[in-house]
Amino acid sequence: MDLQSYLLLSATLFIIGVVGVIARRNAIIVFMSIELMLNSVNLSLVAFSAFLGDVTGQMLVFFAMTVAAAEAAVGLAIIIALFRNKQTINLEDINILKW
Amino acid sequence: MTLETLLFYFFGTISVGSALMMVTRRSPVIAALYLILNFFALGGLYLSLHAQFIAFIQILVYAGAIMVLFLFVIMLLNLGDEKKLAEKISYKKIIGAGLSFGVLMELIYVLAFSTASLPPSQFEKATEIGTVENIGMQLFTTFLFPFEVTSILLLSAIVGAVILAKKKLR
Repeated sequence: MDLQSYLLLSATLFIIGVVGVIARRNAIIVFMSIELMLNSVNLSLVAFSAFLGDVTGQMLVFFAMTVAAAEAAVGLAIIIALFRNKQTINLEDINILKW
Repeated sequence: MTLETLLFYFFGTISVGSALMMVTRRSPVIAALYLILNFFALGGLYLSLHAQFIAFIQILVYAGAIMVLFLFVIMLLNLGDEKKLAEKISYKKIIGAGLSFGVLMELIYVLAFSTASLPPSQFEKATEIGTVENIGMQLFTTFLFPFEVTSILLLSAIVGAVILAKKKLR
């Protein structure tokens, strides 16, 4: 396999994640689509790291996973707080910051 | 067809298929289970790229810890009527999905048909760089400062999550 194949797979997964963020209105599924996008970028980083013989890409994936774990904890806490206040996780109904 | 090619197509098909299923399911629990399948497929791809440590972290941290957190929150929220969350198809969503599809086409065009040459492949070296020994060595020498800063990030995330999920702030 060559590098391009892995990058194509990574791009496909990323765009599926983008479509999920754009088209879905369930906050939890939007959040999972963001995780999918993070993972697709991780895949391209690992592919570059393997094909260029450099460990830096894998270190970046390690730190990206740490940030993703922190982001998941805080983001889910925000979703719980939203649900407690508005009784919904439908993003159409959460519009108090909308102009 | 070598084994690596076979594994790439196997795991690639699973990951793209489960990602599509994840985006289209109505129930969040089923979507989360498809996302776990997607993470396992990505772990397999990391293994075939000789990134052993990252593959195990992917299974442990993502498929284990983060997705369990997701499932716990879905069950905590106890969304009774998923009918209320029924998603309508609007022209905005169709335009958005069409534009993202256009970006995908551009990416495919650039990646598959570009004439710019990539640096020569050094894939035979990949077996050495992905080991736990090498990653740990790099982590505690070259990347020591970011590694230590990570602890502050995780601490602030813990504090932030607890404060945000608390019932009353005072």
